[in-house]
Amino acid sequence: MGETLRSWKELPLSALPFKLSTEFKTGDWRTFRPVVDQEKCTRCLLCWVYCPDMSIVWDGQRISVNYDYCKGCGICARECPVKAIEMVKE
Amino acid sequence: MSGKIVFNIRELAKRPPKLLPGHRLCAGCAAPIIAKLALLATDRPTIVVNATGCLEVATTIFPYTSWNVPWIHNAFENAASTASGIEAVIKALKKKGKYKYENVDIIVFAGDGGTYDIGLQSLSGALERGHDFLYILYDNEAYMNTGIQRSGGTPLGAWTTTSPAGRVIPGKTQHKKPIADIAVAHRIPYVATATPAHWMDFMRKVRKGLDVNGPAFIHALSPCDRGWRFDTSETIEVCKLAVDTCYFPLWEFENGEWRLTDRSLAIARNPRLKKPVEEFLKVQGRFKHLFKPENRHLIEEIQRHVDAIWEDLLERTGIK
Ligand SMILES: Cc1ncc(C[n+]2csc(CCOP(=O)(O)OP(=O)(O)O)c2C)c(N)n1
Ligand code: SF4
Ligand code: SF4
Repeated sequence: MGETLRSWKELPLSALPFKLSTEFKTGDWRTFRPVVDQEKCTRCLLCWVYCPDMSIVWDGQRISVNYDYCKGCGICARECPVKAIEMVKE
Repeated sequence: MSGKIVFNIRELAKRPPKLLPGHRLCAGCAAPIIAKLALLATDRPTIVVNATGCLEVATTIFPYTSWNVPWIHNAFENAASTASGIEAVIKALKKKGKYKYENVDIIVFAGDGGTYDIGLQSLSGALERGHDFLYILYDNEAYMNTGIQRSGGTPLGAWTTTSPAGRVIPGKTQHKKPIADIAVAHRIPYVATATPAHWMDFMRKVRKGLDVNGPAFIHALSPCDRGWRFDTSETIEVCKLAVDTCYFPLWEFENGEWRLTDRSLAIARNPRLKKPVEEFLKVQGRFKHLFKPENRHLIEEIQRHVDAIWEDLLERTGIK
């Protein structure tokens, strides 16, 4: 009678997130954007090490900022030993 | 001393990240820096277990996940027992010839609430049973995800919403629980402290913790700009001040031996580098009230506490 209930063995094991968060852009949180001066940059990659949002990209030659995700925290600019990154108001 | 592990950051930075962007941790939060550095130090298949807390909530907001590795969240209080279960299952499957990997790294990430308080008995049990896993405590010194409530990891004098500084109390009235010493007391193979600012030291410790046979525990300081009240850009500087003032000394306990590492070793060798604890406190709004004349004695009390622990460490590490 009516629909048969699923037994516990048929239920999903848990909530399963199934999309990568890269589909969710956090760049619009930003008030200040980091701008890199490629002349000053020594490619030490400290900004890459410290960025909480994996938004510094290293292609083997130079760094760049992925503004899709960068939240503008300013850690990269603060930690850059040669002040090659400047925070500029959006 | 064993040979130093070296990480080539210019090579590692070319690999796809194991913790993906698009997570919703606050701008400037130290927790994702800790998680990303830890995962960067792994070189085997890795399974991550996450206790409830900011890192877990903000990296897995349905239907999204930021984890590019197998990941499980069970409950707030049982991350260490979940890791124990995973390790036991892998052992059983291996015995039956049903598991394809020789070695798998199991890493737990848990906050201070999930470690000092609600998860302590599951952690202690797992350490006592001797499961082979690495437990990384990211310590932001309060229950941040629910709005900055004091925990066993909150230090003396800190303002939180449940230890509000005002006419009745000057912030939290108790000291921080010595959580890493509690791990050491279990005589597990590896225990260490770390900060994301001292990243190479941290990554080496992660690798060591994964390589030992049996449980390992790393206590990582995880400044929270929202709860500690500082600018989002200062996270790494706050870590450096914590170490420079000996508020948070860097050390490791390996096979029964104590060792200071990185900046803390430098301070031990040259005590003039040690800064007064005030320098760590004054950059954070959660300690603002301590600088009022009537609360100044608390800064002295914190300094005495820091000094006593530091002196004790110098003795344990054989420097004094
Ligand atoms: C058993 C249980 N109690 C309470 C909660 C609510 N809760 C969710 S996150 C959280 C705070 C976690 O604090 P902490 O472990 O310090 O990690 P943080 O959020 O600071 O990173 C609490 C209390 C819960 N999820 N489960
Ligand atoms: S501002 Fe913050 S989020 Fe943006 S690239 Fe710099 S460190 Fe990363
Ligand atoms: S509240 Fe604190 S710990 Fe939580 S995401 Fe924000 S900065 Fe990180």
